[in-house]
Amino acid sequence: MTSPRAASWSFHEEDSARIRGVLLDFLRDTQSRTALLVDRAGQMLVTVGEPPTFDPTAFASLTAADFSANDQLARLLGEPEFGTLFHQGEKESLYLADIARRVILVVLFDNRTTLGLVKLRMRGAVTELTALFTALFARDMGNSSSGVDAGFVGEAEDELDKLFGG
Amino acid sequence: MSLINYASREINCKIVYYGPGLGGKTTNLEYVYEKVAPSSKGKLISLATETERTLFFDFLPVDLGTIRGFKTRFHLYTVPGQVYYNASRKLILKGVDGVVFVADSQLERMEANLEAMQNLYDNMTQHGYDLTKLPFVIQYNKRDLPNAAPMADLDAALNPGWTVDDTTRQRVTPDPYRQGEYLVREVDGMWVERVPTFEAVAVRGDGVFDTLKAVSKLVLKTLG
Repeated sequence: MTSPRAASWSFHEEDSARIRGVLLDFLRDTQSRTALLVDRAGQMLVTVGEPPTFDPTAFASLTAADFSANDQLARLLGEPEFGTLFHQGEKESLYLADIARRVILVVLFDNRTTLGLVKLRMRGAVTELTALFTALFARDMGNSSSGVDAGFVGEAEDELDKLFGG
Repeated sequence: MSLINYASREINCKIVYYGPGLGGKTTNLEYVYEKVAPSSKGKLISLATETERTLFFDFLPVDLGTIRGFKTRFHLYTVPGQVYYNASRKLILKGVDGVVFVADSQLERMEANLEAMQNLYDNMTQHGYDLTKLPFVIQYNKRDLPNAAPMADLDAALNPGWTVDDTTRQRVTPDPYRQGEYLVREVDGMWVERVPTFEAVAVRGDGVFDTLKAVSKLVLKTLG
C-alpha cells in the first residue's frame, strides 16, 4: 500500500531528555567522546558529549548514506541487515548501530577506550533506545497534525522569496 | 519525512533532484551554492567519480532562518543519473519531502528522460510513497540548445497528468507559473492533474531558483 507522502514525525523535549540520559550513561561507562543520533533520511537528532568539531549537517547526511549503502550490501549477501558498522581511524574511530530501523546511533571514540568496551556497552544502549524510539514512532503514527504554528507557512514563504528572489 | 525537532527547535525538509544522466541536476545545486548568501548555506558535498559524474549524491543544506522559533532548513540532494546506479538512487529517496525532475530538453534525450521518469515512479512506489500526492515539479533544462524539443512535446511525454478522483479537487486550476496552462482541468470528460513545469538553462542559472522556490513552497504547505 502506498502512502501519500512519508509521514512527518516530531521529536519533543521530553523525548530528548530521556534519550540524552541513556547516551550520557553510555559515554560515562565507555569513556567515548561523543554520541550522535541521526535519522535514516540524514537529519541530525541529538548530539551528546564533546561538541563535534566537524559540520554536523554534512556528517548526518553522510552517515545515513553510509548506513543505507551497507544495508544494501548486506542484502546482496542474503543478510537482512548489518546492524552495526565500525570505521577505524588512526586516532579516532566510529561505531554505528541501527535503532528501530529509523535512526542510527553513532559513537565517536579515541584511544581513551577500547572497541571491545564500546561494543559491549552498546548492546544495552541500543536496547534502551530501541524501546524509546519504538514508543515515540507509535505515538506519532496517525497523528497527522505536525504542530507548526498557523502563521509558519506564510512567514516561511516570505523568507523563501527573500532568499531565492521574489 | 520532514522532521520537526521540538528539542532543538528545528524543521528539516528533504528535496531530491532526479532525472537522466548529464541532465543538469548537479549544475542546479552548484548554481544554488554559488548564489545563496554564505550565511544561508552549508557545505556542498559531492560524492562523484574522478570524471565528476555523480556516484552517490550531491548534498547542499540551505537555511531559511528561524521562523516562529524554528530553525528551518532544506536539504537538497541529487541522485546519480546513470542507469546502472539505481541502488544508490533509490536510497537517496528515503524520507523525501519533495521531488524536482530535471529533464534534458534535447530531442535525442527523450528516451532517457522517459526511462528516468519511469524509474522515479518505480522507486517511489517501492518506498511506499505516492508521487502524485507529494510535492513534485519538473524542470525542462537546456532550453537554449538548438535541438531542444518543443515544450508541448516534453509535456506530452513527461507530464501527461493523472486522473483526479477526489471530487473536491475537480475544479479548473490555472498554472501559476505558465500563462494559459492549467494544473487541473477536464479533458474529454475526465479530470486530469499535471505538475508545475519550469524552463531552465541551469548552467547560467535561468529557472534554477524558480524551480527550487516552487517545490519548496509546496513542501512548506504540507507542514501547515
